[in-house]
Amino acid sequence: MTDVVVPETSKTDWTSDQEPRWCPGCGDYSILTAIQLMMPEMGLRREDTVFISGIGCAARFPYYMNTYGMHSIHGRSPAIATGLALARPDLNIFVVGGDGDMLSIGGNHLIHVLRRNVNLTILLFNNQIYGLTKGQYSPTSEIGKVTKSTPLGSLDEPFNPVSLALGAEASFVARTHDMDRQHMQEMIRQAHDHDGSALVEVFQNCNVFNDGAFGAITKKAHRAEMLIDLQAGQPVRFGPDLNKGVVLDPSGCATIVDVTPENEASVIVHDPSHPDPSLSFALSRLSSGPYEPTPVGVFRSVRRPDYAGEVSRQLANAQDTKGPGDLGKLLNSRPTWTV
Amino acid sequence: MTDTASAKTEVRQLDSVIVRFAGDSGDGMQLTGDRFSNASALFGNDLATLPEFPAEIRAPQGTLAGVSAFQLQVASHDITTPGDAPNVLVAMNPAALKKEVHRLEPGGTIIVNEDSFEERNLSKAGYAESPLDDHSLDAYQLFRVPMTTITKEVCKDLGVKPRDAERSKNFFALGLVSWLYHRPSDTTLDWIQTKFSRLPNVAAANTAAYKAGHAFGETAELFHVSYEVRPAQLPPGTYTNIDGNTALSWGLVAAGQLAKVPVFLGSYPITPASDILHELSKHKNFGVRTFQAEDEIAAVGSALGAAYGGNLAVTTTSGPGVALKGETIGLAVSLELPLLVIDIQRGGPSTGLPTKTEASDLMMAMYGRHGEAPLPIVAAYSAAQCFEAAIEAARIALKYRTPVILLSDGYLANGTEPWVLPDVDSLPDISVPFATDTNGVDDDGEPVFYPYLRDPVTLARPWAIPGTSGLMHRVGGIEKEDVTGNISYDPGNHQLMTDLRQAKIAGIADDIPATMTAGDIDDADLLVLGWGSTWGSITAGMKRARAEGHKVAHAHLTHLNPFPADLGDVLLRYPKVIVPEMNMGQLSKLVRAEYLVDAASVTKVMGQPYTAGEIYTAIVDALTGEEGGNR
Ligand code: SF4
Repeated sequence: MTDVVVPETSKTDWTSDQEPRWCPGCGDYSILTAIQLMMPEMGLRREDTVFISGIGCAARFPYYMNTYGMHSIHGRSPAIATGLALARPDLNIFVVGGDGDMLSIGGNHLIHVLRRNVNLTILLFNNQIYGLTKGQYSPTSEIGKVTKSTPLGSLDEPFNPVSLALGAEASFVARTHDMDRQHMQEMIRQAHDHDGSALVEVFQNCNVFNDGAFGAITKKAHRAEMLIDLQAGQPVRFGPDLNKGVVLDPSGCATIVDVTPENEASVIVHDPSHPDPSLSFALSRLSSGPYEPTPVGVFRSVRRPDYAGEVSRQLANAQDTKGPGDLGKLLNSRPTWTV
Repeated sequence: MTDTASAKTEVRQLDSVIVRFAGDSGDGMQLTGDRFSNASALFGNDLATLPEFPAEIRAPQGTLAGVSAFQLQVASHDITTPGDAPNVLVAMNPAALKKEVHRLEPGGTIIVNEDSFEERNLSKAGYAESPLDDHSLDAYQLFRVPMTTITKEVCKDLGVKPRDAERSKNFFALGLVSWLYHRPSDTTLDWIQTKFSRLPNVAAANTAAYKAGHAFGETAELFHVSYEVRPAQLPPGTYTNIDGNTALSWGLVAAGQLAKVPVFLGSYPITPASDILHELSKHKNFGVRTFQAEDEIAAVGSALGAAYGGNLAVTTTSGPGVALKGETIGLAVSLELPLLVIDIQRGGPSTGLPTKTEASDLMMAMYGRHGEAPLPIVAAYSAAQCFEAAIEAARIALKYRTPVILLSDGYLANGTEPWVLPDVDSLPDISVPFATDTNGVDDDGEPVFYPYLRDPVTLARPWAIPGTSGLMHRVGGIEKEDVTGNISYDPGNHQLMTDLRQAKIAGIADDIPATMTAGDIDDADLLVLGWGSTWGSITAGMKRARAEGHKVAHAHLTHLNPFPADLGDVLLRYPKVIVPEMNMGQLSKLVRAEYLVDAASVTKVMGQPYTAGEIYTAIVDALTGEEGGNR
């Protein structure tokens, strides 16, 4: 830890000796490869990097990274990672989990970690299904989903993870998908560089229980029409020749329009660093599922004090004002008498 | 101040006195009791306290549900309980009198705030007629004192509003009782000045009320006797009066210093454990990090994360919180990381009795996890001893890389007693090294780190924390292969790992003190086996029985898993064994199963600790053939 220069590494250095056990063709493989490939360029040391996960297919991730790692409890990874981040602000901590893990059983921890702004890079692999328990509907499955546990179709309104994160006061929220390595890497890089909690939703294909869930928007042929690439400082436009744009309708909702010279000026200019998340939230509401044009990219990126840093600051202040702890003094701090 | 009793008043010497203050939740009885305790402690008495308050913050005023009480015993000798039947009851309103009078010793003293015995309060308490007038209290010595009136009167010239003045009436009561028992006034008056330095009006009113109460005793010619309780001959040393939760918190701070690692507390507010979170959050200059989590599960989860990062990780809880933490404690067993789980037991099941004591989580601590998940259990036995218990629990957790459950309870948490301060330099070094180097070679002869290669003596695995180069490894809740820690579903490996986890905990028996014993160790006819906070009552109850010539021994467990190595021998040494517990017989079941000993269970779950009298009766019943039974 004392070397100033981070030694050069390769993908192999970041790859553990454990054979991944995902189903062949699972989207998790492409996310793993993207991360193992980008790690050498991130300027991180393996020993200072920790992957914490819960339970689920995605949660096997830490086993395959040659870093420190913990495969913990269903839903609890944000809480466990919070403790580690507070105890060890020097570490680079990644939290990995699926939609069941983070949004169902662990939903409470996720919203609280986001509002606290604990310095964590949170990767939410959203495949809209429970994989490891063999195919029940998840909190991101569309209404009417027919699964083993919902033979007549699911009845629950799904979560939109980006909207949820924005509502939970997240300081960084992004979305990407497992079919575009470069975009994934760019989102994860920005998330990691962000001070505080950063959530990246990754659309991930579960080819066994929910194959093609995102095909309508992530297939190469559909991307131009169906993915709205959010770029900071740029008008929100998409389409093969950027012929579509997003404007606010009179009621304040984000709406897709055909861009014309008349309305061109009213196309929203994306500003993820705006202190108010309202426009980002409006953008997150553009699509209610991966079958209509869906924004990807960084929705929000604002500066807020990192929680672990603030905790450390309080400790340092206490030591400055009270001096380092003295046990003898503490024991004598109440009225005493001598026999 | 012993010279303030007037010439007309006779002064009698007492070995001990038991006082019970009772009033409405808003009457400040806890504060009054606390101040009386502190003045007595600084005076040099031995003492023990029992605060009892309702779970509601402010139950409807004047009702039985709203009664808050504080009992204490002060003595000129070594005592271990807050006493059985009070000698004096101070009742600030009819409800307090109604609820508490049955506890009083025959012929005991009742001091009431006469002003509060008016129609509304009487009917709220369910009195058709005032008990002050209907001779129902003739068996007692009743003193009617217009506390509110006098307090308002003396505050009139201070510029304090009558409503505010009325709030000081508990200080009047304190002044009066302090006079009656020759308590020094300076301690209390100084405390008032410091505590209310920012509210000079309140300070003045409380001071005036205290002095008025004191003067009332002296001049009203109501009291013909006052009492002295001489300082106790305690072993030499510097003392402080301390409650269990503070002692426990300080023990945790000390444990961090002694282990040379930062303390991390992940906690969620719950009665009666919250005070540990409050206390530890004051000691950031010791490098103590406290985290108020979103729930009990996150609290223990964050602690486990901090343990993985190399901290002395602690989580505190009570009641239902213990159940919520079960899954994470199981993971800690599997990960073999040090984790301190502190359970301040309270009445259950469910919300149960949040502010009342019980010791009914022993089986939960022992077995409250799915799968085979053994872990060490340490139990504190007195308020002050919580300090030592915290250090001991931390020592075991760190050395054996295991979660440890430390059991305290509501009685220890809130009760106070004098504590002879330990010499800081004499406290044990409990530090353990982190792993810094690889510990094996792989098939290719390359150096590798095996996270589950155990210490041959302790069976503890290496604690390699993130940031250590070359030791990167993954841990998780799936069964791990012996040595490498890789995922393994191999049948033989699971048996081996289960055996190893069990053997690691069982082996701790060689690393803990022998069973603590007292009384007629060599020739007792009966052994009283206890654990936790019953220590004080058993000690006092046994003393009475032995004073009558009964041969009784007392064994007390500070470690409940594993049991001390000699416990089997101790149990089999005596013809009869009784096990009084504040539960339905949990320890008795454990020792019967483990040692095939006919240990008779004595039980009490009334939200209150055993009295010495109850233990005495259980002893005599057992010796005279009546089986120990339910209280
Ligand atoms: S079940 Fe689905 S998500 Fe899980 S490994 Fe298989 S393909 Fe991937």
